[in-house]
Amino acid sequence: MSFSDILLLMFTAILVENFIFAKFYGCCPFLGVSDKPDTALGMGMAVTFVMTLSGAATYLVYHLLLVPFHLEYLKTVAFILVIAALVQFIEMFLKRFVPALYASLGIYLPLITTNCAVLSAALLAVQNDLNFIGSVAFGFSSALGFTLAIVVFAGVRARLQFAEPPRAFRGFPITLIAAGLLAMAFAGFSGVRL
Amino acid sequence: MSVILIPAAILAGLGALFGILLAVASKVFAVKTDERVSAVRESLPGANCGGCGYSGCDALAAAIVEGKASPSACTAGGNAVAAKVAAIMGVSVEAQKPMRAFIHCAGEDAVAKRKYNYAGVADCAAAEKLAGGDKMCAAGCLGHLSCAAVCPAEAIRLENGVAVVDAAKCIGCGACTRVCPKHLIEMVPRDAHYIVRCSSHAKGPALLNACRAGCIGCGLCTRVCESGAITVTDALAAIDYEKCIGCGKCAEKCPRHIIVPLSGVPAEEIKKEA
Repeated sequence: MSFSDILLLMFTAILVENFIFAKFYGCCPFLGVSDKPDTALGMGMAVTFVMTLSGAATYLVYHLLLVPFHLEYLKTVAFILVIAALVQFIEMFLKRFVPALYASLGIYLPLITTNCAVLSAALLAVQNDLNFIGSVAFGFSSALGFTLAIVVFAGVRARLQFAEPPRAFRGFPITLIAAGLLAMAFAGFSGVRL
Repeated sequence: MSVILIPAAILAGLGALFGILLAVASKVFAVKTDERVSAVRESLPGANCGGCGYSGCDALAAAIVEGKASPSACTAGGNAVAAKVAAIMGVSVEAQKPMRAFIHCAGEDAVAKRKYNYAGVADCAAAEKLAGGDKMCAAGCLGHLSCAAVCPAEAIRLENGVAVVDAAKCIGCGACTRVCPKHLIEMVPRDAHYIVRCSSHAKGPALLNACRAGCIGCGLCTRVCESGAITVTDALAAIDYEKCIGCGKCAEKCPRHIIVPLSGVPAEEIKKEA
């Protein structure tokens, strides 16, 4: 893969095919942890961290273990295993060696263990036949797109707290409507063909 | 047969490998934690109300063990929790009376005059930034319920423009006392007899110009009080709840009727119950 290919891949993953707004992956943390911009940023950082590393780890497991034994059909199960173990390992590693980062990621790390966005980044990298660098870049940039979406949405929600929508729309309904409007804004990028 | 066995073996092997890796990592990367932290955490209520001033029960447990917080810092848990925590920490704590929040303001919409019509965001801190809020009285409840927003027990509601604490629901955490920009909320003993429903230090005419309810600091209550529990400082009466015997003479004499029974029950009935 040339450098421009990777740049193109990253641009597409962040804006055009944004995980949340174009593919609807990871909607649970998107709605659950977007109350405040700073917690949203924490979640986004944790997802970026895990998705980049899992992009590398799942590539290795797929190409060094599953492909030689012709077990490609096991990739979903194997990737879940890899990601869960990886998250646990990272958590212990950070707690011991980078306590500051551990404290800031805190409760968000375990939440990512079963996050479908992480799994789908790994599966899509395999599906698109990306090489090692490509799949790491894809994981990283998809997670950046996730972070962008969740932080922007947290900003919108912070404003929503002071809005006075009709009674029936208060709380979660208006949040979903705001998410839909934001997704429509991002749909503008889908016209970008590179 | 091998079609099933090989994949099963590989997945099992992968699982076992990760299991061993994690087991080793948990030993290698083990961080020594004080077991008292988890013991203290177990005995806390776990409501994460934030009444102690920490972000949650976990944070308070860590702070107690580090010695940064008192074993009785959990306001919601009360004496039972404080005793348990103190036993773990090996110290003794004095029993504290059960407390409740009280909002010292009677400036309802009908009696409190307004300087201007506030139309900003419904938040007391924001309203307070605008010339101290829309009420003429400098110590008037702004009524935007910032206290209710932080109350974990939903014990605060708005009555005629003034926030009121429901004693039955209040868990005594004190979270509201810290957010009120006017500092009108005080933690008072649940068994206090009488209370002053005003926080204004404005003197008589100035106060009456702003609010028709409110303590003018005339001092009649200090003269009739049998136990010397009332003092007037800067034109505001304050009751020492420890000294107060609940005779109710202050409430009878108060020309502003701003001293009231805390429970809303007349003095005679309190005496009968006691």
